[in-house]
Amino acid sequence: MTRRDEILDFLGHYDGPEVRIMEVCGTHTAQIVRTGIPSLLSPKIHLISGPGCPVCVTVTDYIDRLVELSLAPGSTVYAFGDLLRVRGSRYSLSEAKSLGGQVRMVYAPADLLMYAEREPDVCHIFAAVGFETTVPVYADLIQEAKRRGLANVKLLTSLKTMPGIVRWLCRENEKAAPDKKVTGFLAPGHVCAAAGYRDYEPIAEAFQLPFIVAGFSADLLLAAIYGLVREQGRGVVRNFYPQAVTRDGNPAVRAAVQEMFSPCDAAWRGFGTVPGTGLCLRPAFASFDAGSEGLTRDHVAGGCRCADVLMGRISSRECPLFGKICTPENPQGACMVSQEGSCFNHFQEGVPY
Amino acid sequence: MDRVTMADGAGGVSTQRLIDSLFAKYLGNDYLSQMEDATRVPGGAELALTTDSFVVTPIEFPGGNIGRLSVCGTVNDVLMSGAKPRYLTAGWILEEGLALSVLESCVRAMAETAKEAGVFVVAGDTKVIENRSGKEPGIMINTAGCGVFDEKHRPVSADLVKEGDVILLSGNLGDHHAALLGKRMGIENDIVSDNAPLSQMVEALEQAGVALHEMRDVTRGGLATVLNEFAESTGKTFVLSEEALPVSPAVRSFAGILGLDPLYMGNEGKMVCIVDAKDGDRALQILQGSRYGENAAAIGTVTKAEGGRPGVVLATKVGGRRILGPLYGEGLPRIC
Repeated sequence: MTRRDEILDFLGHYDGPEVRIMEVCGTHTAQIVRTGIPSLLSPKIHLISGPGCPVCVTVTDYIDRLVELSLAPGSTVYAFGDLLRVRGSRYSLSEAKSLGGQVRMVYAPADLLMYAEREPDVCHIFAAVGFETTVPVYADLIQEAKRRGLANVKLLTSLKTMPGIVRWLCRENEKAAPDKKVTGFLAPGHVCAAAGYRDYEPIAEAFQLPFIVAGFSADLLLAAIYGLVREQGRGVVRNFYPQAVTRDGNPAVRAAVQEMFSPCDAAWRGFGTVPGTGLCLRPAFASFDAGSEGLTRDHVAGGCRCADVLMGRISSRECPLFGKICTPENPQGACMVSQEGSCFNHFQEGVPY
Repeated sequence: MDRVTMADGAGGVSTQRLIDSLFAKYLGNDYLSQMEDATRVPGGAELALTTDSFVVTPIEFPGGNIGRLSVCGTVNDVLMSGAKPRYLTAGWILEEGLALSVLESCVRAMAETAKEAGVFVVAGDTKVIENRSGKEPGIMINTAGCGVFDEKHRPVSADLVKEGDVILLSGNLGDHHAALLGKRMGIENDIVSDNAPLSQMVEALEQAGVALHEMRDVTRGGLATVLNEFAESTGKTFVLSEEALPVSPAVRSFAGILGLDPLYMGNEGKMVCIVDAKDGDRALQILQGSRYGENAAAIGTVTKAEGGRPGVVLATKVGGRRILGPLYGEGLPRIC
């Protein structure tokens, strides 16, 4: 038997107490779906998609502000693909575009600089959403804009950090019914590569939950799930992705981020405002801010239960809107929009987990 | 003047000059040279007709241009019905200020590709419009295609598909999509579009008498979307093996970086065909021996719909099962 076969055999036949593992990384969610891992697990092992997709945790106030900026004369909004389809209280950026809004989809924030030089009279605003992985990219963008003397480049930030929200989830988890409690976390490989995993150690300890830093191939994910089943009930952090992750992360990246951004409160779709779970531009860089403060209200469509989905309280299928009025073509909640979103993946793939 | 002007589309002397110096020069044949309001052509008992518009940007991309693409797309659509493609019409819409050298290379590509595909361009039209976007002047082309059915060229249909049939794919997934995206993003790599007419490989299958049950070219929406259409129309489940899916290493890594899935990426010179199991090996050999078919593979089989729900299932490399839905939205790259 190969190592993979042993792991598959164990995970397929596991018959102990129920295991409920949350992943908090959108790329993990996408990879789990792509590799068909849920179909290989015993019915006693459940995988839950937590708030790891930056698009899925964005509040409507933020989208509304982007829409407003795109429709205002003299400004153009730049965003990554997924964000275009998320609806604010009224419109998505995609819809704003068809109303004459100036919106450009880009693959890298640096593309904005080319336009900023070409169109000096226009204010070029990047919709800066993301976690620790994406923040360094925005830091680079601003440094480069500064270097080139471009005063017409700005960010509208909705940046989130992982450890704080994981701690909050663990606290909420204590209140959940016994059969809905999360019993372990797949720690986000990309986030930890940048920021390290030491911040999870006190959380694991405090809540007596295992965390395993996982990579992205099917074998690495299976190994991490196996590890979490083995470590149930223990407050430990293990690094199963040493190829890319160290305890302290990447010091250069951490320094670049710290120079420009400071911790702040952040508004999360469905969770409300959670202290210390966001990043915003430091006062020294305030001229690059397109007005990111105070965008905290969230108009969720009636009946949408994104928040319960992201906390693992219900599966996507248990949401009354799922597949009926909420579909990838007409998403009501952000979880149905992104390819990393839990509901989108459930709908697209019909995965029964 | 080395650029297209509004006068070139006004129907007068300038238009005639453009037609003579470019379109007739490259595309001319006995039918087109009738130069009437409509062209008379020999027909057949039963015809296949299709039309498609091409608005791709950039108009020139690695491995092809809009002229070649506009033949491939339409010829392949006719081929997939089972008919033998015979005629094309071409409507060109040019933006004012277009460089004639660019136009010429696109017209020449249309002519060469039509010749390769064994079709005549029998009617055409040219219009010039203002450049409204303020970007590089572009070209839009509509082509209509006509094919004929006969003894060797019989219609395929969903009704013919049965359990046990083999699913064949004519080559690597995602090349056209990746080439276009790479060019738009200014990324340097070796990926070229696979835009190609599939006449030779389809003709070879038909001449060999392979029991072809269904065919579709793998364009927008990708293989997963095409097979979902088949699942819907046949009421069967299509089971694919991840291991067997051909994707070039360059496209695989490009897609990986952008978070795109080759199963949902478009091609312009690939087809998926469903053949009777008894002909599976023979058909695969014919595909592999055909032009543009060197990477062809048997990628799965048709099975009974589980629980009465037809669909597409991928057997993953680690032994998992993943249900492949159709593409939703625009296939946008994900965020991190």
